[in-house]
Amino acid sequence: MLTVKVASVAKHFNRRPVFADVSFEVRAGEVFGIVGRNGSGKSTLLKIIAGVLTPSRGSVAYELDGVAVPPELLFRSIGFVAPYLMLFDEFSAAENIRLFAGVRGIPCPDSAASALLERVGLPTDREDPVRAFSSGMKQRLKLAFAILHRPPVLLFDEPISNLDSDGVATVHAIIREQRERGCVIIATNDQSDIAQCDRVQAVSSGA
Amino acid sequence: MNTTDVMRSIIAILGKDVRSELRTRYAVNALLMFVVVTLSVILFSLAGETVARSVHAGLLWVVMFFAAMSGLARSFVAEEERGTTLTLQLLATPVSVYIGKLLFNTALTLLLNSFIVLLFLLFIPDFTPAQPGLFWTVVLLGGVAVSSATTIIAAIIARANTKGTLFPVLSFPILLPLLMSGISATKIAMEEQAWTSAWADLQLLGSYIVVVVTASILLFEHVWKD
Repeated sequence: MLTVKVASVAKHFNRRPVFADVSFEVRAGEVFGIVGRNGSGKSTLLKIIAGVLTPSRGSVAYELDGVAVPPELLFRSIGFVAPYLMLFDEFSAAENIRLFAGVRGIPCPDSAASALLERVGLPTDREDPVRAFSSGMKQRLKLAFAILHRPPVLLFDEPISNLDSDGVATVHAIIREQRERGCVIIATNDQSDIAQCDRVQAVSSGA
Repeated sequence: MNTTDVMRSIIAILGKDVRSELRTRYAVNALLMFVVVTLSVILFSLAGETVARSVHAGLLWVVMFFAAMSGLARSFVAEEERGTTLTLQLLATPVSVYIGKLLFNTALTLLLNSFIVLLFLLFIPDFTPAQPGLFWTVVLLGGVAVSSATTIIAAIIARANTKGTLFPVLSFPILLPLLMSGISATKIAMEEQAWTSAWADLQLLGSYIVVVVTASILLFEHVWKD
């Protein structure tokens, strides 16, 4: 059973406070929403939870069956999607998938890469580089990046940005499936995303 | 995470950088242009005159040093500019990223240095090392030492706003001990002195690599994460 514990987390850049004293706990099977106005620090909080940004105060802990996940192994437990996450746009979608799998040490034959691309609604036969993709197609590839290693925690920052209705349905299906495997934390202000959440917490700047 | 996983991850990151470089030519084009232009300036200034062999050593290291300055920062700066730093942070351990980048920079530096030496042999009058074995040992060790220092400096400056200016400014004092030993050992290799005369310089180059790589592995996580 997995638990993500966020305890009294605060962040400031130089002397400018972003948010203060944010605490919550997310357990396996839950979908947790983080909402707040633009600039309130939702993305910053998500990066702190992902372990790529250090909090100014407080802590984030991952526990798997009561055992703490070491910070250096956190990248294996997390799948991350965000508008500011960039892919290697000189490679094709399939090459990106094989690269992600290679770095993570996951065997990825062509059939597995094709199945993953199909899962997120991308064509499997496009050999052109990702830089030629539309922003919606790039967003779909980011979803593949997040679910490739079947992580117990999915961190989604504005997951449906740039997606058409079919893409939105894919994201929401992935969120529903993730309940079986672990949990999802979504930073969003979109009502259809919020509707997927079991609980929601507001973050406010300087709070 | 076991050693095999780390090795797989390192090889995948190295492979990604090699394929990316072959497609985009970010670093290679800049480095080749720099080498050709610098060598042309040297040839014009020499105007066919022969100079002392000890001067050859200095000229060779000037070109190798500044070529490294013009290209090696790309390894991390390109990730920062393309916004893929976060992607790598989410994909692999800091050690895997550092060693993958170090191996790529080392391969690039050794290829570049070999190319520079080849051009010197072809175009600089009387550029003939008296002791080829020692000469190539110094070029090899010097190349690895330059890439090990510049890789961690590149990771640091990639986060700064004034990347281009900072790289040579930060690199020069750190590379100074290796430049002095490299030039000294190359001079010995160019002249007909005993191999043993260069032993102290070779030891320094070897120790420099061990110290810089060890310190970099320990420090990289702090540089890599905000």
